[in-house]
Amino acid sequence: MKCLVTGGNVKVLGKAVHSLSRIGDELYLEPLEDGLSLRTVNSSRSAYACFLFAPLFFQQYQATTSGQEALRCKILMKSFLAVFRSLATVEKTVEKCCISLNGRSSRLVVQLHCKYDSTVKAMVTEMSIGEEDFQQLQAQEGVAITFCLKEFRGLLSFAESANLSLSVHFDAPGRTCHLPRPAIFAVKDSLLDGHFVLATLSESDLHSPAMCSPELHRLAPPLQAHSTPHLDDFASDDIDSYMIAMETTADSEGSRAVPSIPLSPGLRPPCSPGPFSEDHEAEPSTEPGTPPPKKFRSLFFGSILAPVHSPPGPSPVLAEDSEGEG
Amino acid sequence: MKFRAKIVDAACLNHFTRVSAMIAKLAKTCTLRISPEKLNFVLSDRAASAGVSMWCELEQENFFSEFQMEGISAENNAIYLDLTAENLSRALKTAQNARALKIKLTNKHFPCLTVSIELLSVSSSSRVVTHDIPVKVIPRKLWKDLQEPTIPDSDVSIYLPALKTMKSIVEKMKNISNHLIMEANLSGELNLKIETELVCVTTHFKDLGNPPPASEDASQERPPEQMAEVHIDIRKLLQFLAGQQVNPTRAVCNLVSNKIIHFDLLHEDVSLQYFIPALS
Repeated sequence: MKCLVTGGNVKVLGKAVHSLSRIGDELYLEPLEDGLSLRTVNSSRSAYACFLFAPLFFQQYQATTSGQEALRCKILMKSFLAVFRSLATVEKTVEKCCISLNGRSSRLVVQLHCKYDSTVKAMVTEMSIGEEDFQQLQAQEGVAITFCLKEFRGLLSFAESANLSLSVHFDAPGRTCHLPRPAIFAVKDSLLDGHFVLATLSESDLHSPAMCSPELHRLAPPLQAHSTPHLDDFASDDIDSYMIAMETTADSEGSRAVPSIPLSPGLRPPCSPGPFSEDHEAEPSTEPGTPPPKKFRSLFFGSILAPVHSPPGPSPVLAEDSEGEG
Repeated sequence: MKFRAKIVDAACLNHFTRVSAMIAKLAKTCTLRISPEKLNFVLSDRAASAGVSMWCELEQENFFSEFQMEGISAENNAIYLDLTAENLSRALKTAQNARALKIKLTNKHFPCLTVSIELLSVSSSSRVVTHDIPVKVIPRKLWKDLQEPTIPDSDVSIYLPALKTMKSIVEKMKNISNHLIMEANLSGELNLKIETELVCVTTHFKDLGNPPPASEDASQERPPEQMAEVHIDIRKLLQFLAGQQVNPTRAVCNLVSNKIIHFDLLHEDVSLQYFIPALS
């Protein structure tokens, strides 16, 4: 099956999926001669919904490829809905939507073709913080890390309101493993202790075309299987099994401590929409001026950051010499 | 092509920040026109603004302590840049309490308006924040669409009531209809009307006053009670009103019956002209 939805009908399709999602958790997709049917039923079998999109709804509609028998499939409603999560964005940026069903590979592929205004590029902001502005700074020159600003802001505003110093710990990718280490932001006083651990992007990720896609490839190799409870259980019990065990070690110079972070694999960092994330959009945030947040499926594996390599503060990011002529 | 300017005065900086915030509310992308004496934020009715156009003007010497520009040529001594208004507004917002702000046209892989802000840091040394705002340089052949609009001969010219009041009324009216009728006369009366099958709502403003007429003849011809009316898309009016965060120093509305509404505002020393065409 292969079909193409264009123009305003993409939003109509999206809205249909939204309304179906109110009923059931699974979507039955069946291409018929009469059109494409999307159906769902609720768990108690007390409600059933069906949308049939006639072939005229599509710019192109091919129910069956020659020689093959008609296919139909059942998919998780959540997965299909994620494509059309933000209707406003879909309406604004999607030019066409191509849906295809491949029986051999058992795959349903939805492709959104977007239009972009060529004049709108992201604004780049740079700030340099001098050495004298740090209470303590120990950093290797030239090291750079990239992390999700939106998540960092959470701790920043807390630290500001509580008038606490903020410490940052990060490291360049290790020798044995070229994967980026997470950055740890911490606040502490006699009464409380806060740690935010954020995945970072490696240099190569920054320059790869995958940067533009909402989901990056897994950054870590698959580790031995651990049972990974469904994310929705995260908030309830068993939080200890996901908890970040922090041990701090202080070296003789009194430089800020470096935590070790054994985490169970399979933990999806909160950058992706999850029970803790405030925004329920699967879409990148539309905050202007900031690059879209990257949903990366990075696995924090048990690694003890060597105390010797502990740069407790960010390297000064030097502002470019902007004396160039226009 | 060169452009460099600097603001050191806090009041000027705040005013400029407010102007850019207003522009960001009025238009998503607009053209910044830089000339030796002035800065203009322009929205042409050919832009994707569905007929709305805007001309905002400020005298550069009222804001900048240093200002140097060189247009594309001596005869055409101006620079036209397309930019996302929100970017400039956000950049300027980080300049509260700045020691100095510099803007210049740079070329960092692509043309940018670089806003450099010098902030005081706790250790009393300076901290610099730099924003590179991508811009598109408009070629000379397109400049003709971005010139100061000619003020139409209006049927009625009237002073506007408090814009905040107008905004809250129009906001409520928007829930009932997308089609609004604005009418006014030379007796200082202005009405905002919406008409649907089920309901008609009119808000009457009285004793607003009319600015003195441009020529004696014009005022004598028109009966003072006669209303000039224009039908417009209510959302365009709302967008205009939403952009006026501060009460303007002067706010005049010129109506050309069934054609266009021309808002002529003055925010201290910055003039804003905004045109909403009639619904066809």
